[in-house]
Amino acid sequence: MELLKKKRNDVEGLIFINLVRFLFYILLAVLIFLLFKIFIEGIGVISFEFLFDSPRNNMTEGGIGPAIFGTIAVTFIMILFAVPLGVFSAIYLNEYAKDTFLTRIIRTSVNNLAGVPSIVFGLFGLGFFILFVGKNLDEVLGTGLLFGQPALLWASATLAVLVLPVVIVSTLEALNSVPKTHRDASYGLGATKWQTIKNVVLPQARPGILTGTILAISRGAGETAPILFLGAAFFLPNLPLVDLCIGDYCITIINPAEQFMYLAYHIFILATQSANPTKTLPIQYGSTLVLIALTFLLNITAIIFRYRFRKILGRV
Amino acid sequence: MITEELNTIKIDKVKESSFAKKIKKSTRVKEKTIHYFFALNGVMALIFIILIFIFLFKEGLSALEHIGLLDFIYFDRVQSDGSVERLYQWYPTSEEARYSLIPLIAGTLLTAVPATLISTIFGVAAGIYLSEIANPKLKEFLKPAIELFAGIPTVVIGFIMLAAGATFFDDLLNPANRLNAFIASIGLSFIIIPVIASLTEDALHSIPNELRMASYGLGATRWQTVRYVILPAAFSGVSASIILGFGRAIGETMIVLMASGNAANITTNIFNSVRTMTATIAAEMGEVSHGSDHYFALFFIGIVLFTITFILNLIAEIIINKMRKKNIF
Repeated sequence: MELLKKKRNDVEGLIFINLVRFLFYILLAVLIFLLFKIFIEGIGVISFEFLFDSPRNNMTEGGIGPAIFGTIAVTFIMILFAVPLGVFSAIYLNEYAKDTFLTRIIRTSVNNLAGVPSIVFGLFGLGFFILFVGKNLDEVLGTGLLFGQPALLWASATLAVLVLPVVIVSTLEALNSVPKTHRDASYGLGATKWQTIKNVVLPQARPGILTGTILAISRGAGETAPILFLGAAFFLPNLPLVDLCIGDYCITIINPAEQFMYLAYHIFILATQSANPTKTLPIQYGSTLVLIALTFLLNITAIIFRYRFRKILGRV
Repeated sequence: MITEELNTIKIDKVKESSFAKKIKKSTRVKEKTIHYFFALNGVMALIFIILIFIFLFKEGLSALEHIGLLDFIYFDRVQSDGSVERLYQWYPTSEEARYSLIPLIAGTLLTAVPATLISTIFGVAAGIYLSEIANPKLKEFLKPAIELFAGIPTVVIGFIMLAAGATFFDDLLNPANRLNAFIASIGLSFIIIPVIASLTEDALHSIPNELRMASYGLGATRWQTVRYVILPAAFSGVSASIILGFGRAIGETMIVLMASGNAANITTNIFNSVRTMTATIAAEMGEVSHGSDHYFALFFIGIVLFTITFILNLIAEIIINKMRKKNIF
């Protein structure tokens, strides 16, 4: 009886529950307001021309075409580096390697690497890729100063190292969630290790691996700090493309030795270092809207994949 | 496919055992090759991890040969009358270069600590709301929505604080500098709240339902259950989320670069401009000549950052691992 009475008079509880609720709604309201603000201010400049044109007139007019192209080019090369390496090494760690002290150290370092500040990866990119690998390549190949300077290739490689832990961790998680009984059943049918991985483990883990890959792309496309000194450029008149010719047959490819424009960097530079930040404010909001739309699209896809993945696993 | 291969092996065994062995050998070779292929990838990933350590520490520690550990703390300027003035300043490009990290560390703390405090209040509240109060159907939509905000590029938050936030707080609070540590810590909160909220929700959610039921059975209200049962049980998980959030606040670059004002002051006034370690690297690395003292000093800041965040992450991971073991009854 006394307890029931206490329950009814739980004023403290009433206050705190509502406080928690109130704080959450404030948070949600602020976040929605932020998105709304970017949308309202940015949607005015969005047009076909804005998305595909080059900046004109000292960046105060024109579009963000080259910046979008650069973002796609850099993330594309980044995926080529990071995803195969990340997925394959996760398969090795989870399926082949025995649980030794060494593999545990690798797992811990991979986990912790995901939390290392991105600017530190920028330092690594500069010290390792440009000043060590690039300079030595130039010396060996006798190319003068081709590789030993900031370029698209090194920015992509650095971002690849940055997202590598993301890919490895999510692939490990996906592989780990495949029940051991399924592997045992496969072995019981006489399948070899590779047959088991190929036919039993990977098909089940695929949505999880895809989620990690998409999250990695979204992270790479949004990063600014590490590429600040790895070849992102304020303005370039031409796209970083080159004609690769074998005999008479020519194809246009991304030129990895070129500098590039980058959407996230473009926003930073317009907001802080352009000649007239107030005049370019609509363009800044427009670019921000495009970047947010891009990352949200990727993240929502990843979330949907993960949701379905967990649902499937729940049924197993 | 498996059964097909099984059948062929079986039939072959019956027909001609030597042929069966042949297939087996080729399969064995294939298996071994694939094994080595994956191992090679694992080794390559490991090499990259080791390379990060080596290159960072190689460049960073050679700073100590050029500059010296004490010079990273203070600079003694000899006055004309022979007395010594001790300066804690970061002026790497001045004629008598001063490399004291004290203002940068102070700036980092003055942005990261308030940001962590704000984020703890909102993040833990959001975690409690999602796990214990919200309708489960609503939660399924709200949690991904909160996590979505963790994926906002930081340059976007920096831009918003610069373009809109600074003006808003300038009118509201009339701070000493228009861009200051307070603006930066508000910006940082936007990315740290989702981290803390999501991990807190995980920690609360992993508490077995029996504990809740037992508490309700004893007549406790919902708040009493949260306050005296759930939160104490999930304490380690919640604190791990706060540590991870603090680590991110220290390591975040773009928001502080754009919103903190970037003046290397030693101050305790949150409305002053400050300069963080990350912003210093970002702002100065592009213009520094490679191999100069300044260049090595920036790498030294890099290893300081690396070490701090690595240790914070390690602590959080140990706490989370312990929690996982404890929760499996």
